[in-house]
Amino acid sequence: MSDREPVPGGPTGGVRDASGDTNALEFRDPEKADALAQRAEELVADIDADEISIMHVCGSHEQSIAKFGLRSMLPDGLDLRMGPGCPVCVTDMPEVDEAVALANAGVTIATYGDMLHVPGTSLSLSEARAAGADVRVVYSAAEAVDIAEETDDDVVFFATGFETTAAPTAAIVRNDPPENFSVLSAHKYVPPAMEVVAAMPETDVDGFLAAGNAATITGWGLFEELVEETDTPITVGGFEPLDILAGLVVLLRDIRDGEETVRNAYPRCVTERGNEPAQKQLWDVFTTESGEWRGIAHIPDANLVLQDEYAHVDAREQFEIDTASLAAGGSSLVDDCICGDIMAGRADPTDCEMFGEECTPEDPVGACMVSSEGTCKIWHEYGGRPDL
Amino acid sequence: MTDEGFESDDVVTLEQGAGGKGMRDLVSGILTAGFPDDSLDIGREAMDDGAVVPIGDRNVVFTTDSHVIHPPFFPGGDIGRLAVSGTVNDLAVMGATDVRALSSAVVIEAGYAESDLERIADSMAKTCREADTAIVTGDTKVMGHGDLDGIVVNTTGVGVADHVVGDDGLSPDDVLVSTGEVGRHGVALLAEREGIEFGTTVESDVRPINGVVDRALSVAGADITAMKDPTRMGLAGAASEMATKGGVGIELRQDRIPVPSDVKGASEMLGLNPLQIANEGIALLGVKPTAAADVIEALRSHPDGQDAAAIGKAIDDEHGRVLLDTGLGTRYLREPATEPAPRIC
Repeated sequence: MSDREPVPGGPTGGVRDASGDTNALEFRDPEKADALAQRAEELVADIDADEISIMHVCGSHEQSIAKFGLRSMLPDGLDLRMGPGCPVCVTDMPEVDEAVALANAGVTIATYGDMLHVPGTSLSLSEARAAGADVRVVYSAAEAVDIAEETDDDVVFFATGFETTAAPTAAIVRNDPPENFSVLSAHKYVPPAMEVVAAMPETDVDGFLAAGNAATITGWGLFEELVEETDTPITVGGFEPLDILAGLVVLLRDIRDGEETVRNAYPRCVTERGNEPAQKQLWDVFTTESGEWRGIAHIPDANLVLQDEYAHVDAREQFEIDTASLAAGGSSLVDDCICGDIMAGRADPTDCEMFGEECTPEDPVGACMVSSEGTCKIWHEYGGRPDL
Repeated sequence: MTDEGFESDDVVTLEQGAGGKGMRDLVSGILTAGFPDDSLDIGREAMDDGAVVPIGDRNVVFTTDSHVIHPPFFPGGDIGRLAVSGTVNDLAVMGATDVRALSSAVVIEAGYAESDLERIADSMAKTCREADTAIVTGDTKVMGHGDLDGIVVNTTGVGVADHVVGDDGLSPDDVLVSTGEVGRHGVALLAEREGIEFGTTVESDVRPINGVVDRALSVAGADITAMKDPTRMGLAGAASEMATKGGVGIELRQDRIPVPSDVKGASEMLGLNPLQIANEGIALLGVKPTAAADVIEALRSHPDGQDAAAIGKAIDDEHGRVLLDTGLGTRYLREPATEPAPRIC
């Protein structure tokens, strides 16, 4: 077991800006950020490699990195890229098709807003809605239950997201929802995907920056097994600029020292064991199944499906879902979409010829341009690696 | 989505009314495609804030604007104040701070309260006095109940410019100056509509800016190379357009941009970027570096220019794009594809 000491110069508490503005936000102090960037540069110089590749696996990390322009602070020779960290983006077309087929069959579909515009084989939920299907946007699983309580019609919650949204879905499922309510789970579990991506020769990951939000539930201890299997160090990081830079420094130190271990650079939120009642609830309701992550790979044990005990709340058990009628007929541009390669960390959005041209947030071709956690959408808004 | 869009390509969408690329395409692609050539240097094709019509040896600047804001009364202003300020400001940022005359055309829904109409008219009168101008002609129409949502106010204005200033005149090293605080109008409107309270009420900045802009023009004249009022698409939209039309890049420094703390707080809560939301009482100026200090001093001598600040500069790199130095690193600042909410002006 390695040490878990705080990062020297890392985020420790609040700061005020030069004007004494009390509204100054913590963890964005430019001087501390510069010091951390300097430390990262020294560490990269110490490491004898042409390029060091660090992968993070969370859209919220990418948001923060891009929004604050953090890549422009990092030294040449450090490649920081996003992996399969957008649950909407990795939702496979057949999963969207299931929701569209149910909606077309007259079932009310409740789902998170991002899912509306994700392309299915021939239709998105938004297009199904335009054609008359009942598709509602909700902000929580509980809101989907509210809809079911107000009607006698069947309501299916098309549930997406990693542990942070799977745990609330599990709570709803266990809490005796109304009989006309069921769940179509497209929830995903990240650690197996990290293992698959780490093994891909073209990604060549030297270290993972793991998502602090999911780790509040799973705990950092979860990653010890993954480190052993992948021989790749993992640091759990938070989402403010200083959290991310501090996480990178910790990770670079381990890469330099050849320490294959897990570290926690987000100790103000993440513990070793995490939120155990939430985990218990999650694994009481869900089990894992192998499945396709869109465009990336077939990933073993990374799709969260309902346990048999909850078949009465499982839309796949409650309905005959016929997706055969949704034969291919969608946009031909989808064939050229490299979302999968981007999600696997094999390509950047700017490698795609359609990026910002045929494919924009207003008229997206692939899911990575739909979701606010998608790399393409984020790079379209803020730019990626600036060439300055 | 691309072949069979979830919004039909055949009808006008709200997004196309939002002042960005969608609207520019709608205007040049359909609305004005068959209009006879205006043979003006700064005319329709320039898509600037107004057209410059030379009459004799004077440059007459001519512009028009319709206002559909919802709600019509909001913290810091109302549709009347907005209608006068909107047109005055479009003239001012062309260099026509001497606003000679305005027209006002009002379309009212049957059933509209006369007391509300009176408040709007009073507000227009007061704002005209602030802008040192007058409404000299007008038109009034009433439509059936339900045929229109409340009231639409159109104003047209004519002004005279000693120095015409376009939005395409930036050169590398020109300093970008904001005449005041950024983000107030959009946040005030959205907070009001969403019913969100922040402890303090964010007030719109809506006001005529010909006075404060005139201070800058009187000290710097032709050293003011470009101007724009950052309305619907915010500072980001105005800067993007100035960069594209001027053939330069723009680098802005986040720590120099005056954003009031209540706007910052409200934006965080609403998930907005204050640099991408509407303003109705400031201008963005491009100024030769040698004149920048004088311009800021002149602006600050006016009550509406006390928060004036140099916020960035034009660069000979990244042409047509705007970069933002966040204080940590640098990233692009994009023109918003659509405004966060319709009917904001």
